Amino acid sequence: MGKVAIIGVGQSAFVRGYPGSIRELAFVGFKGAMQDAQVSVKDIDASIICSAPEYDKQRSPSGVFAEYFGLIPQPTCYLESLCSSTSMGLRMAYSLVKSGLHDIVAVVGFQKMSEISSAESQERMGRGADIQWESPFGTMMPAYYAMFARAHMEKYGTTLDDLALIRVKAATYGQINEKALFRKPVAVEMFSDPDHFMSGPVSSPLRVGDCCANADGSSCIIVANEEKAMALCKKPVWILGLGAASASVNMTGRDLFTGLAVARDASQQAYKMAGVTPKDIDVAEVHDCFTVSEIMAYEDLGFVKPGEGKELIRSKETYKEGSIPVNVDGGLLSKGHPIGATGGSQIRTIVLELRNEAGEMQVKKPEIGLVHNIGGVGLYGVVTILGR
Amino acid sequence: MSEKKEIDDRFKKFGTVSFASVTKVNDFIDFLEKDKVMGTRCKDCGVAFFPPRADCYQCFSSDIEWFEISGKGKLLTYSKLKYAPVGFENDLPYCIALLDYGDYKIFGRIASNIPEDKIELGMEMKVVVNKLPNGQLNFVFDKV
Ligand SMILES: [Zn+2]
Repeated sequence: MGKVAIIGVGQSAFVRGYPGSIRELAFVGFKGAMQDAQVSVKDIDASIICSAPEYDKQRSPSGVFAEYFGLIPQPTCYLESLCSSTSMGLRMAYSLVKSGLHDIVAVVGFQKMSEISSAESQERMGRGADIQWESPFGTMMPAYYAMFARAHMEKYGTTLDDLALIRVKAATYGQINEKALFRKPVAVEMFSDPDHFMSGPVSSPLRVGDCCANADGSSCIIVANEEKAMALCKKPVWILGLGAASASVNMTGRDLFTGLAVARDASQQAYKMAGVTPKDIDVAEVHDCFTVSEIMAYEDLGFVKPGEGKELIRSKETYKEGSIPVNVDGGLLSKGHPIGATGGSQIRTIVLELRNEAGEMQVKKPEIGLVHNIGGVGLYGVVTILGR
Repeated sequence: MSEKKEIDDRFKKFGTVSFASVTKVNDFIDFLEKDKVMGTRCKDCGVAFFPPRADCYQCFSSDIEWFEISGKGKLLTYSKLKYAPVGFENDLPYCIALLDYGDYKIFGRIASNIPEDKIELGMEMKVVVNKLPNGQLNFVFDKV
């Protein structure tokens, strides 16, 4: 059985209030990936449409998109694992291609969050947790991650300034990413200035600046078997390792509050499958839905030992010039987080990096890249390792 | 005409806003009304569950019994919310938290009369039933 490659990537700009319907929004990412791969709709054997449900009036968007994209009568289906939907979609596409069932599969991620208010959106996202036993207490995503931040700060001495440094790095690269929603510079001082919106409390200890923003966006990844990839693509990027895991949805079933067990499990699987170690990773995209999430990711992925994440950001080792560049596209914190489109955007960045086509965001000659994509509060974890 | 079936939707009383109404562990609400926070235990293999479950995943038994949560737990972590999801605005500000009882953990709120500067991770707390202003029931963590 041959290798499996990514032969095309695309994404829309991530924005507030996309002026179009979900099929039109999704088409932007799809068109980008198709033009990047230089294939036609007849070449696509199947499509997997990924998002988090309940933001749209449209039920079962896969059929609607397949029609709008010209992908009829090929099979299509809808897949969700909250914020990790597209990475999970890539995993499914890999198995469809690896099994020989299909030659080329399109993985499309999208989310149009602006149709509902921010408070409604928090309520929807909160219901990605345990609705029977936790949501009745008034939970929301920032509050859950804030609980992890609190535990991490208490156990390891990670500080509020360390969290702010993550946002400063994100903003450094958000400024040069034309697809990003937030493109202004950020300084640590803003977090201690009571008049600056970045310092506003959201859920202690997290502040406005520690949280990514809702956005509308789409992304698409074209996956092909080795034969098609070699025939169609000058710079195929190979899927070397895949890992995925789940954890108890209710926090009462968790043992770890200073990291995400799913990220540890998924990364170990991916490293093993790819036959590499954390030291071999040249560039990474991690799921920085909150600043603390990125610090935990450094540790969960084994870039440093648990508790040492703060050292990595203090020494700027995760900047573009550092030993392990992370989120050099601005991450979720700068790009915005259109849930179902996020994983595809992360994968796109790593593919562009490995093809040396990342422009101003390009790191020096990477051979192996990693994508860490989390769904819910560490409910689902998907880690993907890609190589040239 | 057939007789209208009575729906046991007691669980809709749980929390400021409940998102579930029918569950096999509806008795949980009756216990709350009697000032008791209860978990379940599998009668076949003995494993204790909180939140309560009707089914055991260890041995697939559905023969469960209730036990009362008593004694003290240790505060694992918490967060104080400045914003709330739709329906919870009137409760603000409030702290969600996790208490460790050893064999099981409890997710809930910290009692609203405890100021944030008196909250420390690792402190011992107890779970008590709480009546909400809108007539709903939940439980909170209080000082021992
Ligand atoms: Zn049992």
